[in-house]
Amino acid sequence: MLAYIFRRLIFAAATTVAISVIAFVIIQLPPGDFVDAYIASISATGGQVSLAEAEGLRIQFGLDRPMYLQYFAWITGVVQGDFGFSVEWRRPVSEVIGDRLWMTVIISVFAILLSWGLALPIGIYSAVRQYSIGDYVFTFVGFFGLAVPNFLLALIILYFSFVLFGANVGGLFSAEYQLEPWSWGKVWDLAKHLPLPGLILAIGGTAQLIRIMRANLLDELRKPYVVTARAKGMRESRVILKYPVRAALNPFASTIGYLFPFVVSGSIIISLVLSLPTVGPLLLRSLVAQDMQLAGTIVLMLGVLTVIGTFISDLVLMWVDPRLRAGLDG
Amino acid sequence: MPPIPMGEPARPRREPILSVRNLETHFLLDEGVVRAVDGTSFDLFSKQTLGIVGESGCGKSVTARSILGIVESPGKVVGGEVMLRRDGAREMIDLAKLDPKGDRYRAIRGAEIALVFQEPMSSFSAYHTVGNQIIEAIRLHQPLTKKQARNKAIDLLHMVGVPKPDRRIDEYSFELSGGLRQRVMVAMALSSDPRILIADEPTTALDVTTQAQVLDLLRQLQDERDLAIILITHDMGVIAEMADDVVVMYLGKEVENGPVDDIFHNPKHPYTRSLLNSIPSILARPRSKLSTIEGSIPHPYARPPGCPFHPRCTVAIPGLCDSQTPRFLPMGDRQGVSCFLHHGPSGQSMPSGKDTGARHDAV
Repeated sequence: MLAYIFRRLIFAAATTVAISVIAFVIIQLPPGDFVDAYIASISATGGQVSLAEAEGLRIQFGLDRPMYLQYFAWITGVVQGDFGFSVEWRRPVSEVIGDRLWMTVIISVFAILLSWGLALPIGIYSAVRQYSIGDYVFTFVGFFGLAVPNFLLALIILYFSFVLFGANVGGLFSAEYQLEPWSWGKVWDLAKHLPLPGLILAIGGTAQLIRIMRANLLDELRKPYVVTARAKGMRESRVILKYPVRAALNPFASTIGYLFPFVVSGSIIISLVLSLPTVGPLLLRSLVAQDMQLAGTIVLMLGVLTVIGTFISDLVLMWVDPRLRAGLDG
Repeated sequence: MPPIPMGEPARPRREPILSVRNLETHFLLDEGVVRAVDGTSFDLFSKQTLGIVGESGCGKSVTARSILGIVESPGKVVGGEVMLRRDGAREMIDLAKLDPKGDRYRAIRGAEIALVFQEPMSSFSAYHTVGNQIIEAIRLHQPLTKKQARNKAIDLLHMVGVPKPDRRIDEYSFELSGGLRQRVMVAMALSSDPRILIADEPTTALDVTTQAQVLDLLRQLQDERDLAIILITHDMGVIAEMADDVVVMYLGKEVENGPVDDIFHNPKHPYTRSLLNSIPSILARPRSKLSTIEGSIPHPYARPPGCPFHPRCTVAIPGLCDSQTPRFLPMGDRQGVSCFLHHGPSGQSMPSGKDTGARHDAV
């Protein structure tokens, strides 16, 4: 088993290196380089940069060196926490991303927990009471949630909350806390703003999860071990929760790895609509503005998060599935 | 139960511990009602092994689940009685009248009536150790601590012949061989000292040697614990080896019952005879065709009118068997049969009923 974990770690490391190369290639993809973009942004504000100055800048940033040396220079910086410089924001990339990364993590984790918290009980109910009225209602709501694009939902909710309650539900903070340093008041303010965007973000995934959970559990409910458990004289609710639900949850462990990047990239439009200070809109803008150091960093982070997530889900799977464990030892 | 009359000296009569009367279990589907069990009756005595035999889909397993009150929706026990005499009690209670989800039924399930069934692989959860599942069964019905229940589980595994029980208890079912799994299943079923064990095709998934071992184990445990066993199988060989009495079922109906010797040596119902004929014989000529029952079980929605067996019966009486349903009536002291060869439509004994064996051979 340890050998397996070790092997998995090596694979993870190799994948991470490959992702970093791809991220670097993405940075280099647009015609011209960072200095060209810099010059363009200076001249846009009426400034002037001479050719000599540009050359100096290129040497300063090492842009005259061969590609692989530039890559090593970049990756060395990344490892040390220096992700480069954002042309558009004129600040180091790490500063630009900074709080947004944590906001993204907070809102993603909240959305994921919310969708699991909603979907699993509903899925269990729908499977156990298959073809009941409740099942049909949840099925309808579920397909509705799947079919309606959630940015549209976000717009509708924005509109009605403004028209009906005069409230602006966009953003994660009230105006007075926007620029404040962190305090309990600000945390509370965040907690108050979190539910609505979290719910909107969670709805699509929730609908999907309900269907998966329902199908998984329906399969398991027909297995003989359920009859065995009933024949022991267990309470029906206990039978279902201990045995088939346990088995139906297993496949979810393998999806953990993809959740986070999915929520981040899937939330770009919602984040724009609700003006959430997350990484998603930042990625979009950096791509539009060809702010490639920033874009590359975000791509790299998403990739690394996926690798970490997959590694974690492999560990979780091994922990929850005794058959897998036995297979690895045997 | 009628009270014993005062004047008469109470003589030690054997009384059944389980008495099933006209049990009817139907599955209410959109396409129609499937009468999975359609009027089955039998008595079960302590230390007795009752075999229920029939082809797949004739309602054997549903009968077992009806007794335990664990028929799955849309199935439902819709009629009849399942009278159980609880340990030491004089009165019998009708399980069919209890709420299948209620606490009273749950206290009986697993404690007084236990179930062992086929596919020992899938009958255990692969996500819990076998010990976890046995200990749970013990603690459901007995006020023991986890530690005590664990010790008891190890004792039970030892009793059913599982080697190194103190290690096996922490293993998962997929780590055990098929024979061991079925032994563990038996240990779990016996964990609360039930008086009735329902074994639903307990040896079907096992190879012949293991089969014999498991049957031996059941017999040994029956002797030690005065168990009453309901043995459900399609294997007449297993019936011959194990059963004291036999109930033959076809399409949810009981077609014949009686002591195992009578069923084997003097079968009355054409279906029973066909079942017996289809046992491969060691004396048969090599390369001769195995005897089979013509046709297959009708689709549950298309139950034939009259006697359910008539389309496949070689001695069916045209005009009678295909229009009227024979009643289940006693034949002599110990046997019973539902067949017009033995009883007329109004229930009178048929003249030809005496030697239908000869008649059958002539056909």
